[in-house]
Amino acid sequence: MIRVEGLTRSFGAVRAVDGVGFEANDGRITGLLGPNGAGKSTTLRILYTVLRPEGGHASIDGVDVVADPLATRRKIGVLPHGAGIYPQLSARENIAYFGRLHGLEGATLARRVEELVAELEIGGYADRRAKGFSQGERIKVALARALVHGPRNLLLDEPTNGLDVMATRALRALILRLKSAGHCILFSSHVMQEVAALCDDIVIIHKGRVAAAGTPDALRDRFGSPTLEDAFVAAIGDARGLE
Amino acid sequence: MRPTIIIVMAKELRESLRERRTLVNSLLVGPILAPLFFILILKLALSRSVAAQDELTPVTVVNAAGAPNLVQQLREHSLDVKLLEGTEADIRRWISEENELVVLRVPETYGSRFEAGKPAAVQLYADGSDSEAGKHAMRVRDALAAYSALVAALRLQARGVSPTVVQPVVVDAIDVSTPSARATLILGMLSYVILLATLMGGLYLAIDATAGERERGSLESLLTIPVAREHLIYGKILATTVMMLASLAIVASSIAVSLEAIPLETFGMSANFGPSVVWRVFANVAPFALLAAAVLTVVASFTRTYKEAQSWLGIVLLVPTVPIAIAGVLAVQPQVALMLVPSLSQHLLIQGLLRGDPLPVTWALLAAASCLVLGIALAWLAGRLYRREAILG
Repeated sequence: MIRVEGLTRSFGAVRAVDGVGFEANDGRITGLLGPNGAGKSTTLRILYTVLRPEGGHASIDGVDVVADPLATRRKIGVLPHGAGIYPQLSARENIAYFGRLHGLEGATLARRVEELVAELEIGGYADRRAKGFSQGERIKVALARALVHGPRNLLLDEPTNGLDVMATRALRALILRLKSAGHCILFSSHVMQEVAALCDDIVIIHKGRVAAAGTPDALRDRFGSPTLEDAFVAAIGDARGLE
Repeated sequence: MRPTIIIVMAKELRESLRERRTLVNSLLVGPILAPLFFILILKLALSRSVAAQDELTPVTVVNAAGAPNLVQQLREHSLDVKLLEGTEADIRRWISEENELVVLRVPETYGSRFEAGKPAAVQLYADGSDSEAGKHAMRVRDALAAYSALVAALRLQARGVSPTVVQPVVVDAIDVSTPSARATLILGMLSYVILLATLMGGLYLAIDATAGERERGSLESLLTIPVAREHLIYGKILATTVMMLASLAIVASSIAVSLEAIPLETFGMSANFGPSVVWRVFANVAPFALLAAAVLTVVASFTRTYKEAQSWLGIVLLVPTVPIAIAGVLAVQPQVALMLVPSLSQHLLIQGLLRGDPLPVTWALLAAASCLVLGIALAWLAGRLYRREAILG
């Protein structure tokens, strides 16, 4: 469970995040939707402790992300924007490396890697070097790597970027499976269709602020729009930067 | 549980060892080919100078019958004397067209003047613009001067005068260089090769583990792992150090093996580069590897891309050569204070070992301590850099 309250962060004169607040609950998929540069990535980066906020609070399963970054990182699995994997290691070795850094070893580590290889259907290329992997294969390995320590919360920054249709479908199915396993999933996207197809809760971010939030139905009702797309447009004024 | 530092180090080394291009560059081109080329050039230079020593100086004498004793003297100086007859025009033609190098012409008047005790001239023809001919002409001239001095001494003795009267000053040239010291002059560049090969060994790993990791987009994932970030970078520095040590071991052994191929003793030189020197060179340079790894990692951490890191580190590779070059120009003698200057201290220590005259152990320890303290300080700085948000680029 992720709670965010009045988060702010600037880069120079640009106020990237300007009082963002929302909640993401276990067993649900929460989508951060907004055009490029809206502040989605910065919000996620604060949550996964590589950036510090200037104001506001954020906690994951009750742990304050600023006060205790190490404990926070234990509770989250992260797929950063454009996540890369190590080209000279095989898929299995890529996953195992992160497992070891999380303190897993021996039979426990081997078992965990096997589970992930099976769960994410990596089997076909598990022992190949990652050098020649397709974008879809890379994302799967990066996701398995993020899940290696069995985190309850998942933060995914534009996970479907650069994926073809089949890979996108496979990833969506995977995210839905993780949701039914009880994970709290927070992911960002600038693709309306994707958010509409996947999310239980939607947080629309625009210019560093939350423009609107709620379930898809609630958003449609609130803006009196027949489709989500119209609701988005009504919420942020225009639809530029969205797909 | 294995410490983070060890896990990171093992992974970086494993990746590095799998990348064939990196491996060839780090452990083959630098440490093996560099000394090989160096020694090949050395061998060529030495064999040329030996050939020059053994070479007979050819000299063609015109009108040899006019000066039989002189010709005999030339032969005793082991000159390759050839007798020909011809005019001055012929002589010029022989030199320009028939590749004669040095021609000595004995004029008709030589015999009568010699017997009268007057200066008897001979003419020495050679093309002064041809360095080969110049060298041979010099030898002929030396032989003639020796003959002239001999005759002068005999004439003085015949008149009851001691020949030493005309020798007010005598020069005794004494070469004080020990055989090893002379070799060190030539082999002086080897310490250069050793330090450079050591640096090259870790170059690619240092870049790959920092700028490469960022460029590939794996750094951000790595930073979300619940470990102290400085331990990640310490592991990378350690992996770079290990690669440098491997490179150092290879280059030192490679030099020892290659030097076997050169008969240095025959030139009055002895290169002290047996197995015991190999490991002592290794021990003396090893602390430098940690410092170098830390320097490369810190610099590469500031760069955004692999390319940028490569161009910056290219410059950094030259830094250790600066103190060595300055000390070389100023002909600095080893002093205890210089042991505090990394790279220069290693250079002087290697020179001492090559010379067969190692510097005191306390000096070596001081040099090692200086490198280790600086290296640890830089590693700490790298750790601080990795704690900053800006590391994401």
